[in-house]
Amino acid sequence: MQKIRLVVAMLMLLNVIAAQPKLQVAIQLPVGFTSKVVANDLGRVRHIAVNSNGDLYMKLDRLVNGKGIYRLRDKNGDGVMEDTLAFGNYTGTGIGINNGYLYATSDQTIYRYKFDENQNIVNLDQPEIVVDGLLNKRQHASKSITFDKVGNLYVNIGAPSNVCQEQDRQKGSPGLTPCPILENAGGIWQFNTSKTNQTLSDGIRYATGMRNALGIDWNNEVNDLFVTIHGRDMLYQYFPEMYNQKLGAELPSETFYRVKKGDDCGWPYIHWDHFQNKKILNPEYGGDGKKEGAPNAISPLVGFPGHMAPNALLIYSGNQFPAKYKNGAFIAFHGSWNRTPEPQEGFYVVFVPMKNGLPTGKWEVFADGFSGMSPVTNLSAAKHRPTGLAQGEDGSIYVSDDKAGYVWKISYNK
Amino acid sequence: MRIKLAIFGLGLMLLSNFSNAQTSVQGKSKQMLNGKKVYDMYCQACHQADGNGVPRLNPPLAGTVYVTGSKTRLIDIVLNGLTDPIEINGEEYNNPMAAHSFLTDQQIADVLTYIRNSFGNKAGTVSVAEVKKQRAKK
Ligand code: HEC
Repeated sequence: MQKIRLVVAMLMLLNVIAAQPKLQVAIQLPVGFTSKVVANDLGRVRHIAVNSNGDLYMKLDRLVNGKGIYRLRDKNGDGVMEDTLAFGNYTGTGIGINNGYLYATSDQTIYRYKFDENQNIVNLDQPEIVVDGLLNKRQHASKSITFDKVGNLYVNIGAPSNVCQEQDRQKGSPGLTPCPILENAGGIWQFNTSKTNQTLSDGIRYATGMRNALGIDWNNEVNDLFVTIHGRDMLYQYFPEMYNQKLGAELPSETFYRVKKGDDCGWPYIHWDHFQNKKILNPEYGGDGKKEGAPNAISPLVGFPGHMAPNALLIYSGNQFPAKYKNGAFIAFHGSWNRTPEPQEGFYVVFVPMKNGLPTGKWEVFADGFSGMSPVTNLSAAKHRPTGLAQGEDGSIYVSDDKAGYVWKISYNK
Repeated sequence: MRIKLAIFGLGLMLLSNFSNAQTSVQGKSKQMLNGKKVYDMYCQACHQADGNGVPRLNPPLAGTVYVTGSKTRLIDIVLNGLTDPIEINGEEYNNPMAAHSFLTDQQIADVLTYIRNSFGNKAGTVSVAEVKKQRAKK
């Protein structure tokens, strides 16, 4: 009898443990903010989107039980998203909600699903194809998406290259002028959402000179596109005579741009250097660490320390957070690898205060602690890596992690 | 007399075996030392200091059959690079690996000996002659 009780008690304890998300780390936030884990153990959760009814959609880059999109729903309004729906048999990164549709991307196709009046998807197994055949050469192939207010879709087509050398990532191989990659990649393309079954030629190259603009969002305050771009790798490894180990870890800057139609951000010819505040000619194109280049390219709004990997951008339009956050930018930094053997950096969400589309102050770390350690000497040990951002109808924000498949909801409690 | 000779012969053999082993141990530790230098300069950025690589981008060198298996295939990877998707322990990695044929035969032998005996790996050494032979095949 005693034994049975003990076993029952142990089983109950096990249940409690199983119900707790594993590997939870403490997220540090500014005073007044709280975080809550709303999803866990879903593997490579890349970008996320929240519908007006609170449903959370996650795009997975590795199938879980054969599915690449997960929806979590709080059916009974108790704050716990207990209801799980999985669909889509493809991997990818991009996801977004616009005008009655859920959009999701593989590395070459943009699909969409239609919502009914109860915010349920009517064509779970037969999504429409909006655009097909986008360049997918594996490197920088993630297709991030966002929307403006007049029915256009914007997609990042990353350059399948480090710096457009004759031989990609080959030490000593010269850079190509002009860079042929820019014809069909290395920029943002715009498509009309009123048409389906489009290909690249149906869209227009909205902006160019971007190596990989994984973070992309429309700023409704100023009605413009904003992006965050991953800078080039290997300055120190290829050019130790110009960049020492420490400088190669800090440079080039990761960048945050406001982008207008026709803009050029300068890749592959230049990189941004946040110490000199200049567009510095890349050594593959004759640069020496000081010479400037690409005079017609625009400059970023902010240059962040190198290699931290800005994977997602969210321009905050909610009313829940204190006034200083309104129209500012949250940026999710995945965390670096190209700083080795220096400690890795990033693994946090940053905030840039903005007004009228311009920064009004210095950037600051908003949510920290995702890696579960400090410093991060081995990337493989980092517990979580921020990858996606979304804003809920109530003004809370969500942060996803593609290492352990977590999503946090961050709220402000006055 | 015969027996004595035999014993003497056996002793010689043992002695020479012993000294062979001795030099190859010395040779290996020198290769490991120099191999780490090559690794730190040319491989570490992508495959990381702990040999665990970068998820989605660069594969691990710890516990992969490409590292501990066939030496000729391994030498070819360093000489020619790799761009075709290959599956490594059930995962694919999206970056390309550039050819490293600019490294000398000695550097390649050393770095491969190093990765075959680091990060928990345990496999035979790679000699300069083996690299030279593979390079000549190109
Ligand atoms: C620019 C980044 C980069 C550098 C530098 C690099 N590698 Fe690689 N390596 C890769 C990638 C990416 C792959 C997988 C390529 C693929 O899947 O097609 C790979 C694959 C391999 C493999 C086979 C797969 C495995 O993980 O076992 C070996 C062995 C290897 N590299 C060894 C080396 C050695 C030794 C060096 C230094 C001499 C080196 N690499 C330098 C990126 C790199």
